[in-house]
Amino acid sequence: MKPTDLRDPEYFHKVVDCQYACPAHTPVPEYIRLIAQERYDDAYMVNWESNVFPGILGRTCDRPCEPACRRGRVEEEPVAICRLKRVAADNKDSIIDRLPKIPQRKNGKKIALIGGGPASLTVARDLAPLGYQLDLYDDQPAGGGFMRSQIPSFRLPPTVLDEEVDYILDMGVHTHFKTYVDSLKSVLDKGYDAVFVGTGAPRGSNLDIPGREESSKHIHVGIEWLGSVAFEHIHKIGKRVLVLGGGNTAMDCCRTARRLGGEDVKVVVRSEFAKMKASPWEIEDAQAEDIPIINNHVPKEFVHENGKLLGMKFDQVEVVYDASGKRTLVPTGEEIFFEADEVLIAIGQDNAFPWVERNLGIEFGKWDMPQVDESTFQSTNPKVFFGGDAAFGPENIITAVAHGHQAAVSIDLFLSGKSVRQRPAPGVNLISQKMGVHEWSYDNLVTIDLRQKVPHVDKVVALKDRKVEVELGFDIDTAYREAERCLNCDVQTVFDGAKCIECDGCTDICPTDCINFIDNSEEPVMRRSLRAPANIETQDLYVSERLVQTDRVMVKDENVCLHCGLCAERCPTGAWDMQRFLYSVTKAG
Amino acid sequence: MTYAKPAFRHPDARTNDVGCTRRDYEGGLSTLCAGCGHDSISAAIIDACFELSIEPHRVAKLSGIGCSSKTPAYFLSGSHSFNSVHGRMPSVATGANVANRDLIYIGVSGDGDTASIGMGQFAHVMRRNLNMTYIVENNGCYGLTKGQDSATMDTDSVSKKGDINPYMPIDLVRVGIEVGATFVGRSFSGDKEQLVPLIKAAISHRGFALLDIISPCVTFNNHQGSTKSYASFREHNEAMPVDFVPRREAITTSYDAGVVHEVCMHDGSVLRLQKVNEEYDIEDPQSALQAIAHHAKQERILTGLLYINRNSEELHDVLQTATKPLNTMSQRELCPGSRFLDSINAGLR
Repeated sequence: MKPTDLRDPEYFHKVVDCQYACPAHTPVPEYIRLIAQERYDDAYMVNWESNVFPGILGRTCDRPCEPACRRGRVEEEPVAICRLKRVAADNKDSIIDRLPKIPQRKNGKKIALIGGGPASLTVARDLAPLGYQLDLYDDQPAGGGFMRSQIPSFRLPPTVLDEEVDYILDMGVHTHFKTYVDSLKSVLDKGYDAVFVGTGAPRGSNLDIPGREESSKHIHVGIEWLGSVAFEHIHKIGKRVLVLGGGNTAMDCCRTARRLGGEDVKVVVRSEFAKMKASPWEIEDAQAEDIPIINNHVPKEFVHENGKLLGMKFDQVEVVYDASGKRTLVPTGEEIFFEADEVLIAIGQDNAFPWVERNLGIEFGKWDMPQVDESTFQSTNPKVFFGGDAAFGPENIITAVAHGHQAAVSIDLFLSGKSVRQRPAPGVNLISQKMGVHEWSYDNLVTIDLRQKVPHVDKVVALKDRKVEVELGFDIDTAYREAERCLNCDVQTVFDGAKCIECDGCTDICPTDCINFIDNSEEPVMRRSLRAPANIETQDLYVSERLVQTDRVMVKDENVCLHCGLCAERCPTGAWDMQRFLYSVTKAG
Repeated sequence: MTYAKPAFRHPDARTNDVGCTRRDYEGGLSTLCAGCGHDSISAAIIDACFELSIEPHRVAKLSGIGCSSKTPAYFLSGSHSFNSVHGRMPSVATGANVANRDLIYIGVSGDGDTASIGMGQFAHVMRRNLNMTYIVENNGCYGLTKGQDSATMDTDSVSKKGDINPYMPIDLVRVGIEVGATFVGRSFSGDKEQLVPLIKAAISHRGFALLDIISPCVTFNNHQGSTKSYASFREHNEAMPVDFVPRREAITTSYDAGVVHEVCMHDGSVLRLQKVNEEYDIEDPQSALQAIAHHAKQERILTGLLYINRNSEELHDVLQTATKPLNTMSQRELCPGSRFLDSINAGLR
């Protein structure tokens, strides 16, 4: 194998699994360390720089970081990264004086942001401090997009949402709320230098089965219904409610229904439990509110009497996998009827661009989606950029934020007359922790610490009022205990072969058998011949130059390295050095 | 804040025939200097016991005084252990072995503990062919007392202060072969590929197994001019590879036939040795001594299994002791009463 090139910032970035897995690449261990030091303002700002909505995401993020967390590979459960983020937001003081200064003199460039959700707001956050004039259009009466209309208040209190949306809108963004943009041409005609489309995936899928038309008064499309609840157009629902769908929207629908008078609320899902798209913790929270999840039921018919809904018929199915692993739902022949007063359909959502004229130079491709460049977010009309769910279909908030950052970089490059392809390199900082293990490690013993549970408000109280937030968040002591579970993957083991005397001290002390001194060979051979087999190929091998005394190489399997620093403590010559690695994604400007 | 070794282990860590992982053979965290060769030897003992699937409680580890003799605290925490008086480990080992012949005895000593204060006991335990593995962690200096030259320091080796050693070294392997050790090997703490099989073979050997292991002292004897530094020893090491094949496994590795020698051990396991030349007969003490001297003359240090006598009588055979450990016998067997004492006394009159 070739020696690992440490000048490539992506090598150590990949070792920080959580940060690498985060679409916005938030430096997770960095802010967890700050939380442990009770520096909540600093922790908040590290987040804010990267993911823009720490308080919102600390409650609602899809947490792609947590399945990636190294602790999940050496122990059962990952660090509760998401809820620690909330701790920073909950405990900070005012951070207004730390927000970027907005220049009074603008740079003369005008940008329209269509849609007021996380993607557009992120673009605004990045471009307002550079002096761009920003006009934001949204049909809702307030900013936040789906974060406002679709995430129920019991998961995300409006105060938290308002605070973080306002940090951005207060940067001098001209807002045009309650303004539905029905023509992109009309926006372009206003002379904007660039347009960013962050309109989400606004169309909830319908379910066209018998009885749908006739009983439509009692049947609602989930995302529309949630929006109506959020904006106080709907205040109650029938006692017996069926929610169709297995995603997070279905979970939000059923829990909201429980708070608006639904007593017998069921979630009915076509597929089996294991294939449900909803996050496991959302499913758990729904079940805790006495909502059964009924799997393997395919909707067949809305049963009504002269337009009054009586219930729904389902075909019970069995999941069958064929030899190639392809899944089919085979009806068992049994038909199930559930009584219902109202039904919420939450079976997916789609993009829809009826307002984008097709003669503006924007090419549309598969599924009538605009052709958007995956790294620059530019459409085939160089002035028009897409991001968030509008770009490539429904994802999540943190992905929309990541898109927003990249689109802002592109817009800034484009309006400065530079190529959007020549993107500035990410910021990288690698600093030796010379004082040794005690400088950065939480504890002198990395040990098994079970994940702390987030306390919930009493169920009776929660179900009475849809605005009562269910999760209480970690208190400071619990947060500290959870923070200590972080393994500091950003404190990297950096090896300098020129200093190594091959005493084997590091190999012998490594608790997880990561370090090897062996003859160099091809990667598959190396992976098999290490002290512990390196079976996870997505985890890199760190390979040194040839060593002076024996011609062998040092090979370290990054997979379950605890970053405990014992190799560096045991190294007599400082060939191993623990160095703190900070990677920051390229920002506009 | 001190540090400790995390209890986590690799999720795919291998387990041996008795269901243990390598980490189950560890001991306390070493307090020796970072980079000490002794720690590597501890790790090699751990590897050897793990790979031999020895149950830790079947082992007794014994030591004298010195950096080396601290190390039994750092491996096999589940074993019996006795940290004895300076240079007196052999007599404690003899007593323990006579009382319980079923345990595996691993003695750990240093060059001071063996070649100076313990030279007398060392010679006699070999002469008696006690069934044990005797490991000398040989760094050529007294690390605990600031690095003075020891009796194994080579002539003309330069101390850290710059003094040149004027004395002849005691070569422990030559002493061992002369005095009656029945398994004699030399190795290097920085070469686990050779060291681990050699320890496994020593443990499997029935009789006294001496391993003289060069183990650089990173603090006092790892500088230029020292003959026992990592760099210098690697440069002069004439390593004969050793492969240990346990009884149950088929031999799969293939060597160049001419120089490979297979030795069937007492317990049915097989040692495969790659010798420096065909004339060298490792079962002949004179041949071994010649080979060692021949290489020494060329400033090469021969390492590997240097001498073995497979058909020796160990101490229990010579003394015709009871076939089972004393702790498995009843009080009646152990103290048969005054009638037997009288008959013994009568026999001595």
